[in-house]
Amino acid sequence: MWNYIVRRLLWLPVLLFAVSLITFGLGRFAPGDPVRVMLGNRYDPERAAIISKELGLDRHFFVQYGDYMWGFVRGDFGESLRYRGQPVRDLILPKMWVSARLALAAMTISIALGLPLGFFIAHRQGRWQDPAAVALSLVLMSIPIMVSVPALLWLLCLKLHWVPCSGWGGLIDPRIVVPAITMGVPGIAGLMRLMRASTLDVMNQDFIRTAHAKGLGAVRIDTRHVFRNAIIPIITIMAFALAGLIGGAFITETIMGIPGIGRFAVESIFNRDYPSIMAITLVGALAFVLANLLADLTYAFVDPRIRYQ
Amino acid sequence: MAVQELSLGAGRGYSGRGHLSRAWSRLIRKKIAVACILTLLVVYSGGIFAAGIAPYGYTDQDYTVIRKPPSLEHLAGTDRAGRDLFTRVLWGIQNTVILTAVGMLTGGLVIGVTLGLVSGYSGKRVDDLIMRIGEVFSSFPDILLIIILVATLGDRIRDGMRWLEDNTFLEGLVRTGVADYVVVSLALVSFGWIGMARLVRGQILYIKETQHVEAAKAIGSSTPRILFRHLLPNAMSPIIVTATMGMGNMVGVEIVLSWLGLGIQPPRPSLGTMLFEGGNISVLRTEPWMLLAPGIAAWLMILSWNLLGDALNDVLNPRTR
Repeated sequence: MWNYIVRRLLWLPVLLFAVSLITFGLGRFAPGDPVRVMLGNRYDPERAAIISKELGLDRHFFVQYGDYMWGFVRGDFGESLRYRGQPVRDLILPKMWVSARLALAAMTISIALGLPLGFFIAHRQGRWQDPAAVALSLVLMSIPIMVSVPALLWLLCLKLHWVPCSGWGGLIDPRIVVPAITMGVPGIAGLMRLMRASTLDVMNQDFIRTAHAKGLGAVRIDTRHVFRNAIIPIITIMAFALAGLIGGAFITETIMGIPGIGRFAVESIFNRDYPSIMAITLVGALAFVLANLLADLTYAFVDPRIRYQ
Repeated sequence: MAVQELSLGAGRGYSGRGHLSRAWSRLIRKKIAVACILTLLVVYSGGIFAAGIAPYGYTDQDYTVIRKPPSLEHLAGTDRAGRDLFTRVLWGIQNTVILTAVGMLTGGLVIGVTLGLVSGYSGKRVDDLIMRIGEVFSSFPDILLIIILVATLGDRIRDGMRWLEDNTFLEGLVRTGVADYVVVSLALVSFGWIGMARLVRGQILYIKETQHVEAAKAIGSSTPRILFRHLLPNAMSPIIVTATMGMGNMVGVEIVLSWLGLGIQPPRPSLGTMLFEGGNISVLRTEPWMLLAPGIAAWLMILSWNLLGDALNDVLNPRTR
């Protein structure tokens, strides 16, 4: 077990090294001079050369890379090229906090609907509710987010006037309704199906039959035995569900004008703001890898049958 | 097809028919599956034969019918430049069809399955190497990686194509959009292979320990023969299910790219660009139908692939039901 954790942790820097090198390389070898973007209409070659030198963009690729990574390790993500004078860290931290709260709201919707539904249809296996729920969740999941966001806005904002059409006001604010629903609903299908499969798996096991045989009530068996065991494999999937949210965040935040990290990432890519792109990608990859590791380890702790060599 | 039936099996009523053909006959008895196949056929042929079906040209502007809701002349209405939306959706579908087909065939099937086979069968160093590379790619949030790839390499590839046009007999690569197709397909391929390679590898690791593979090795079958005759056919079911569901996913990614303005460039219409125009709040207020046609087309494609994948999963892996 400890062996496994250590091995995974040792692999982590290698992974991040590869990810950072790829991102950095893509950024540097791409056309589209960031200095040119920065100066816009006021571009002239002399000033460009000065700024380029000032930012260290004229040095060798690996020197720039090494310099950047040394800063990253110490928590200095460089200075944004778009917003001069602002450290990337100060730019992205508040935006990450916004996105994290939005993801939390979306995740709550996925879990609150997906898990109970999956548990329920497992008890209705072979009846009409089972395929109907699966089909309905697929129908909802298949609506592209750039269709569902405007469609919901049209209904809730333009027709019913229940919520404002854009903006952000934190977790307790009507403006979170549309983004949370559009990001949360696609996750229901996956969670529901996993919960269904996992519940069925547990229900067919011997100890459940024993519980029935010794005369326990159905509710008690469901809550104490089935649900508790069925939830275990779901933990590993949570990390992936979180990754799925990232994809939705780009679009939703851009349409809704939410000052989150997804919208900032899209803006940075178009502005060729390399320090920001690098920081977002690296932090994203780090979070993703750590979430996976954490999921695997939690899995091992809650289910003692699993042993990693 | 998958496993040669033993003579014993002949008496049980599935004489000489393989796993896949039996699965197919189970599939076409499912109403949802048939509906999906028909929908896909209609939508895809609409896209592929857009040039013949479309009632107008995709850049034709008719200033007498600007911003008109759906009618008999314009089935899906017109946009702010008086262009027929139905025509533009058909051409948009064509883009999506080409890009996702290329992405799935090259990325998912050719590269993914081959790497999975090699990785699972050879084991050790090669396996380690391929899986580690896959891990690096999959530790990027995939949509971010694709956006970065297209945004950074896109212009490079377009420049390269222009160079080709100037220096060889090839012409119109950039103008006709070939360059855009190359850029987007490359990005789709870059992430499309990982899931498939992992899946095939897992299957192969299990199948290669079975007795019939051992027997094939014992009688001296060549490695390609073992790979393509004994291992691959037995891994076919999950490959088909994953590829089908993956198609829905690829359609989604392609739409995201063109929505961001990174896909096929105007004047060629694409579903993503149309959704971008139609999703604007001021457009929604006055011309909500602009979102309708491209939205339904995109949704139907993704939904049909997902439902079909689900149905295939039922008939190909009956045990997981």
